Amino acid sequence: MMRDMTALLSASPVFAGLDTDQLDFIAGCGWNVHFNAGDTIFKFGEPADRFFVLRGGDVSIEIRLAGGPARRIETLGEGEVLGWSWLFPPYTWQFDARAMSGVRATAFDGSCLRDKCENDPGLGYELMKRFAGIVATRLQATRLQLLDLYGQPL
Amino acid sequence: MDSRCEFAPIAAMSAAMVPRPYVVARRWNETADTFTFELRPARDVRPDAPPAATAAAFRPGQFNMLYAFGVGEVPISISGDPADGERLIHTVRTVGAVTRYLGALGPGDPVGVRGPFGSAWPVDDAEGRDLVLVAGGIGLPPLRPVLYQVLARRERFGRVALLYGARRPAEMVFVDELRSWRSRLDLDVEVTVDRATESWKGSVGFVTTLVRRAPIDPAEAIAMVCGPELMMRFAALELLKRGVADRRVHVSMERNMKCGVGLCGHCQFGPSFVCRDGPVYPFADVKDLLQVAEV
Repeated sequence: MMRDMTALLSASPVFAGLDTDQLDFIAGCGWNVHFNAGDTIFKFGEPADRFFVLRGGDVSIEIRLAGGPARRIETLGEGEVLGWSWLFPPYTWQFDARAMSGVRATAFDGSCLRDKCENDPGLGYELMKRFAGIVATRLQATRLQLLDLYGQPL
Repeated sequence: MDSRCEFAPIAAMSAAMVPRPYVVARRWNETADTFTFELRPARDVRPDAPPAATAAAFRPGQFNMLYAFGVGEVPISISGDPADGERLIHTVRTVGAVTRYLGALGPGDPVGVRGPFGSAWPVDDAEGRDLVLVAGGIGLPPLRPVLYQVLARRERFGRVALLYGARRPAEMVFVDELRSWRSRLDLDVEVTVDRATESWKGSVGFVTTLVRRAPIDPAEAIAMVCGPELMMRFAALELLKRGVADRRVHVSMERNMKCGVGLCGHCQFGPSFVCRDGPVYPFADVKDLLQVAEV
């Protein structure tokens, strides 16, 4: 079972390039989960103690205004990482996440990984590089969204 | 030297400068500021006139200069089926005096057409490979002829993905066709919007986010990208990150096309003229120019 999880991780771009020991350790912090369409995966303000690698289905990142409807700001799909608030204080979710369809994912225990990273700076640096890359990519996409490019002539 | 040979290129260029008469056959709105119209060659009503001409053949990605008589001329990509010899289809966003005038025309009204001009999407080169089309906003119309050609001989291509980004759901063009394409099992169609409404059930995010998830083999795929220049640049870079070679990523440039035949120089883009050498370029040929402020 653990071997299966390690194989799954090594095929994911997020964990590509990690050595077998590192993959085995991360695999030990992970488990498979499933959400039905409409399920809330996490909510703003709740403790962010995990992250997910999506293996199928789509997840909507949303922000809820007091008394108003949820505003959808981003959609994540297969192969993408959901959640980085587990890495940074105060370790609480900054947005809501909801399954838009049936979602298959691997969940990882963030506090378990944080503890390990504190004691294993090599693994910590590797994970930080990967998550910094994800954050930078999402920031760039958000900037392009904000530029409102389609509103102008080609 | 035979003077006919000597002057042949000049004669061809002169012919290219003369608009051919067409009339609007049908016109419909795509969005609040974008319409599509169908043009047919105008019938010559003189008794001794030859039979009505067929619409000029074109290749996907080419454009026509559309002349609103007495108002002006604009370059507009052809958005119809290249196999349709009877009519020309153009999808136009109203952004200025000429496009506003064209948008106000109705059935029977005249339009002058010069073209088709420019380079084409390399559809034949995509045979045997995966093909990914990335469109943003009004960038979908110049890619639609590619889809028509591909779907007409679907078995010759690998996986085919259309990734389309729009500002809002109400600003998507070809909505009915997008639904129809999405229902096909041999086509991956992903649509995303920058700003979702409550009723929108699809993806939210910039179109580059779809590139990361596209089901293609990057080592063999060909990509065709059309939309605002910044969108094309970042979509192309995302494709390169996935491993698509820069010579197999193609973009469609837009500049101030006037003559259509590389004479006037208005559309100069570095060492080339977009109307003659473009609008479709391999990304490898233009990627450095895309970052030059003065080009």
